[in-house]
Amino acid sequence: MIGLIRAELTKFRSVRGWLIGCGIAAVLMVLLAVVAAAGTDARVGGPGARGALPRASDGTPVLDGFTFLQQPLDGDGTLTVRVPSLTGVALRPPTPGDSVPDEQEQATPEPWAKAGLIIKAGTTSGSAYTAVMVTGSHGVRMQHDFIHDLAGPTDARWLRLVRSGGTVTAYASSDGAAWTTVGSAPLATGAMSAGIFVATPPHQEYEQFLGGTSVIGGGAIATGTFDNLTAAGIGAGGDWNLVSVGADDSPNRPESTSTRNGDTFVLRGGGDIAPVDGGTGPKLEQLLSGGFMALTVLAVLGVLFVTTEFRRGMVRTTFAATPSRVRVLAAKSVVLGAVTFAVGLVASTAALLVGTAIRGSNHYPADALTQVRIVVGTAALIAVATVLALAIGTILRRGAGAVAAVVVLITLPYILSAAAVLPAATADWVLRITPAAAFAVQQTVPEWPQVDQAYTPAFGFFPLPAWGGFAVLCGWTAVALVIAAALLRRRDA
Amino acid sequence: MTAALYAEWTKLRTVAGPFWLVALAAVLTTALSAAAAGAVTCAGAGCGVDAPMVALTGVQLGQAVVAVLAVMVVGDEYRTGMIRTTLAATPSRAVLLGAKSVVVAGATLAAAVPGVLGAWLAGRLIMPGRGFTAAHGYAPLSLTDGGTLRAFAGAALYLTLVALLSLGIAAAVRDAPTGVGVVLGVLYLAPILVAVVSDPDWERRLRQIMPSDAGSAILHTIDLPALPIGPWPGLGVLALWSAGALLLGGLLLRLRDA
Repeated sequence: MIGLIRAELTKFRSVRGWLIGCGIAAVLMVLLAVVAAAGTDARVGGPGARGALPRASDGTPVLDGFTFLQQPLDGDGTLTVRVPSLTGVALRPPTPGDSVPDEQEQATPEPWAKAGLIIKAGTTSGSAYTAVMVTGSHGVRMQHDFIHDLAGPTDARWLRLVRSGGTVTAYASSDGAAWTTVGSAPLATGAMSAGIFVATPPHQEYEQFLGGTSVIGGGAIATGTFDNLTAAGIGAGGDWNLVSVGADDSPNRPESTSTRNGDTFVLRGGGDIAPVDGGTGPKLEQLLSGGFMALTVLAVLGVLFVTTEFRRGMVRTTFAATPSRVRVLAAKSVVLGAVTFAVGLVASTAALLVGTAIRGSNHYPADALTQVRIVVGTAALIAVATVLALAIGTILRRGAGAVAAVVVLITLPYILSAAAVLPAATADWVLRITPAAAFAVQQTVPEWPQVDQAYTPAFGFFPLPAWGGFAVLCGWTAVALVIAAALLRRRDA
Repeated sequence: MTAALYAEWTKLRTVAGPFWLVALAAVLTTALSAAAAGAVTCAGAGCGVDAPMVALTGVQLGQAVVAVLAVMVVGDEYRTGMIRTTLAATPSRAVLLGAKSVVVAGATLAAAVPGVLGAWLAGRLIMPGRGFTAAHGYAPLSLTDGGTLRAFAGAALYLTLVALLSLGIAAAVRDAPTGVGVVLGVLYLAPILVAVVSDPDWERRLRQIMPSDAGSAILHTIDLPALPIGPWPGLGVLALWSAGALLLGGLLLRLRDA
């Protein structure tokens, strides 16, 4: 088998055109990274355009701005409150020269509008917290560290937060008598702020049209009503104190207000406590979109690697030397896969480095592990797709048709889905079953159940997890290789 | 020229490949169009979906088959060595490429016309059941409507121009698989580039000059002023690409030995 692999490697490297093809693939990939980086609109808001965002413990950029009616809480304590109502209004998108956007009447709050209890390490944006809240349409939730979200009962209106040592436990109840535990989370000991809060994500409508997407919408204001507020452990005689957390970072946010009428508090304001939505801004994987070009060039090589032998009659010499045709196919696959993986690895690393150098880091942040995953994943995708091309070339034995079949199988489904030609539900299915599913390895922006945005291919979200999508391509390739091997054995060369 | 045309026509019809590719192009164009027509829905009045364009989604797939057909007309001759006989019989490279262009255009139309008519029929039969009703402001697709007729006739012309572009590229690269790779790379590159370039000026310029994006402006029937390029000028851009490719192919054919 070693000799066979060496023979195939010699065949590959002794054709100058194929080596040139490998070079062209790498150059095209870097070239597209340059175009993608230089063509990024600085005005389109990436996380960088929003200033320095606070980060969750795992580095996720987050929003932390809300209306907070608080008192200091130095040690253990228990807060209880009833939230009889949570309503919302949407703001019209601001027009230039109009400092205060108009309010639109809207009875229902945003699905992830929040009103409830929170214990937070101070009132600066980005500090640690644990909260339990009533939401617009997702029932009671307990959230902490921005990225963690636990579901509670859907109809409860009573909330309780108990701080004991280094742990905060959240409870919910529909009548104020029988309490169910929502969850608990660690929170540092020491002086903190505790109280009631209101927040709401902006009102956004995601629109998808042929060949593009748009997001329209503006801010929103949530109004939460609170009563039956009791706070054990908070200094006696202290006054509830209104703080607009994170207001300095977002000057356009509506003003936070609080009114007290007897034992009833009404809090009103915007802002949100959640991971940022990464679907609309620049993304790191855009720098690797040249993978399509590299893949097309290398697919031609993959097809030619076998069809040229049939065309020149070389295949008869090959089979005379190695009568086991399956082993020939295996050797060809190994050589082709290894060579194109190396080319893909060099090309995608270069594309990422060059693109980042031009564009800077104004994209949704990706940690080192994610960056390695998208680079290695892209190289693996290119390598497996090239082996798929080899298999289809063996099956069809006609180069032109095989190249077209590979490109149509991999690129066209992606275009139809990501360029928003197909509706989102269909696009999701297309990217589950076609080899184009493999482009999921390039996705860098995570999906958050507690953030409402369009999780569709048009916004860069794939239906399958990264390596799951890659497995779909591997499945197609395996089936094609089996068919190719069977046909090689049955047919005369 | 008549003799060259006759020779090219004989070569095309006496092998089985082109016939099947013509049939495949028509069937796939209709099939993907029908699938898209069945997938897109219109929820209510003013849903803003360009119904004729949805019904012409299959063109995206049909163009790949048409490209294979056109590339093989040249590529197969180089593969088999037939090109030397052909050039001995028709020494004028310009006449030869002209004859090939006419035959390829004819074969493409033979695929495009039934394919596009099938797409129209699929759209007309399927889309009313998917919410494209008179109540939502959609009449059944009719070829007597000016915009719809332009889109469907334009789709056939689009496929023909793609075939001529492929023919020119094939004459330049002389190898069928490479030719198909180059053609499909050029055609499918534009939507991917447009998706990653967020600067509106860049995006608009790309949409004006890339062959597939500019050419498919002809498929639009609504919001025409918002398009980066009008339907007919867009098709003109694609025609320029085709003419340029044929010119390059013809020049290389003349300069190089077969």
